[in-house]
Amino acid sequence: MITEMNNMERVFGRPESLRPVSTHYCPGCGHGIVNRLVAEVIDELGIREQTIGVAPVGCAVFLYNYLNVDMFEAAHGRAPAIATGCKRVHPNMTVFTYQGDGDLAAIGTAETIHAAARGENITTIFINNATYGMTGGQMAPTSLVGQKTTTSPTGRKIERAGYPIKMAELLATLDGPAYISRVSVSSAKYVVRAKQAIRKAFETQIKGLGYSLVEVLSPCPTDWHMTPAAAIEWLEENMLPHYPLGEFKVPQEAR
Amino acid sequence: MDKRFMTGNEAIAEAALQAGCRYYFGYPITPQNEIPEYMSRRLPEVGGTFLQAESEIAAIYMVYGASGSGARVMTSSSSPGISLKQEGISYIAAGELPCVIANIMRGGPGLGGIQPSQADYFQAVKGGGHGDYHLLVLAPSTVQEAVSLTMESFDLADKYRNPVMLLGDGFIGQMMEPVVFEKRPAVSLPAKDWACTGAKGRASNLVKTLNLDPAELEKHNIKLYEKYQKMRKDEVRLENYLTDDAEVVIAAYGSVARIAKTAIQALRQKGIKVGMIRPISLFPFPYQAFADIAKRVKKILVVEMSMGQMIEDVKLGVCGAAQVSFYGRVGGMVPSYEEIVAEIEKLVKVAP
Ligand SMILES: Cc1ncc(C[n+]2csc(CCOP(=O)(O)OP(=O)(O)O)c2C)c(N)n1
Ligand code: SF4
Repeated sequence: MITEMNNMERVFGRPESLRPVSTHYCPGCGHGIVNRLVAEVIDELGIREQTIGVAPVGCAVFLYNYLNVDMFEAAHGRAPAIATGCKRVHPNMTVFTYQGDGDLAAIGTAETIHAAARGENITTIFINNATYGMTGGQMAPTSLVGQKTTTSPTGRKIERAGYPIKMAELLATLDGPAYISRVSVSSAKYVVRAKQAIRKAFETQIKGLGYSLVEVLSPCPTDWHMTPAAAIEWLEENMLPHYPLGEFKVPQEAR
Repeated sequence: MDKRFMTGNEAIAEAALQAGCRYYFGYPITPQNEIPEYMSRRLPEVGGTFLQAESEIAAIYMVYGASGSGARVMTSSSSPGISLKQEGISYIAAGELPCVIANIMRGGPGLGGIQPSQADYFQAVKGGGHGDYHLLVLAPSTVQEAVSLTMESFDLADKYRNPVMLLGDGFIGQMMEPVVFEKRPAVSLPAKDWACTGAKGRASNLVKTLNLDPAELEKHNIKLYEKYQKMRKDEVRLENYLTDDAEVVIAAYGSVARIAKTAIQALRQKGIKVGMIRPISLFPFPYQAFADIAKRVKKILVVEMSMGQMIEDVKLGVCGAAQVSFYGRVGGMVPSYEEIVAEIEKLVKVAP
């Protein structure tokens, strides 16, 4: 039996860049999937020893417990500035940030926009789950109009809280970014595409083409107060129409 | 000998370069703009990086990133900008990241003014951000001293893995003086094997500040405290100026101490024996020097460009053994030597 297994081709396993531990994420959370996709891409590009990550403040703060690469833990919203400092010291390393929507599109908006505008040669993985996961489901800058959260208990009202921000579209208006796309992890098909986008973003950086960002629509069943299956459904019915998937900016290789 | 005539701000920048600082991140604010301007010109010449950040918040986290990546790095600002940096300074202290932060103080609170001030003493010395931490705080009183303290700051930061604040005021920043740049003897410093450099052939490194386990966080706080205790023991710096025969002692730091020296000379010509203790390290503070002098001298006058901040530490040192009085000017107003002379004359006239 053992010899037989040894002769088989290994088609699926834990990426080397992913530590053999279980995560703290809730069942049905999108973070776990995206953590793994990042690890798979790092493995496939063979850059585990040349990669430095920056974890956010948010549910993914313990990203460094899962990814086996050198890492920083940022302050809330400041990951792009930390990544900038790191990348300027280590221009040959692949430097990425991993951030939630509160982190990237509220408290850290300035750092995000200016890292993008500078064309800082870093990659950002942006988890849009339309809520503040870690602090218990408050309204996020990306919460949808009408979405009930603990700080918009009767649903997000435009008169009081304005409109959700479409970060991928907003950043794509800048000249600095080289690659901007939005993906989802709500189905197997989308997960495959999400991984392709993450890979493309890292490759953009490795080629030295400039700032890259992948926005990932990601379920938060706990703070949406739904089962994992219902959360997937809610994401596809409500988030996909407001946050269209696709590439908003692709690298101009000959630049 | 490398002798030049330059402003304090430029001298601080050049001293940083000569101390091996190759990364500068900052945001413009008066009266320290000559530091980023000098760095933007000089750093590229020596293969370094100057980056004008989008805010002081971003700048201090760029410092966090560069320091955590193993580099010698600095930022500078003035009072309102230093307030914005406080969150990051707390994180840098918590993460034990070496860096140098120059604060060329101006009048506050709020937007305040752009003239010299010493009103950020509490913020610098007592920990302006959250949590139990301290910066090493050094206060130059001449441009030449700004050079030597800047150079030393980088070594101290690396030695203790702690942020060092160079606390100057608008005077020190703007004043032009001849300065000499002397090579500092190389000191042996701990290897930065904790830095993020890519996990090649070693376990991965992590620069972090979160500790959800209270027992672990307490342990970390005690570790930091022990570091501060070591600084208190080994890094106290002060100048004793004519204190040997003094009957009255002035306590002043930074540019105020220069004005006080002029006052002391004028007073001595009038036969009043005055001396000065000038703290150079504000953290660690030279408490012992004040405890010692208070055994003999019964009148101490603290002079500051504030409403009275360092006076609290002087009183802690003196511990009731002498009368501690205060004279201050604020808002960018600077005490003249005549004013200091008058204050001392008032003090010596009153019977003890
Ligand atoms: C300066 C600061 N403000 C507030 C917080 C509290 N806080 C922690 S995580 C978080 C929001 C996280 O939401 P998001 O970025 O969307 O990430 P998620 O947890 O949903 O993945 C907040 C407000 C903090 N840690 N620091
Ligand atoms: S709270 Fe939401 S985002 Fe956070 S781990 Fe749970 S499901 Fe994921």
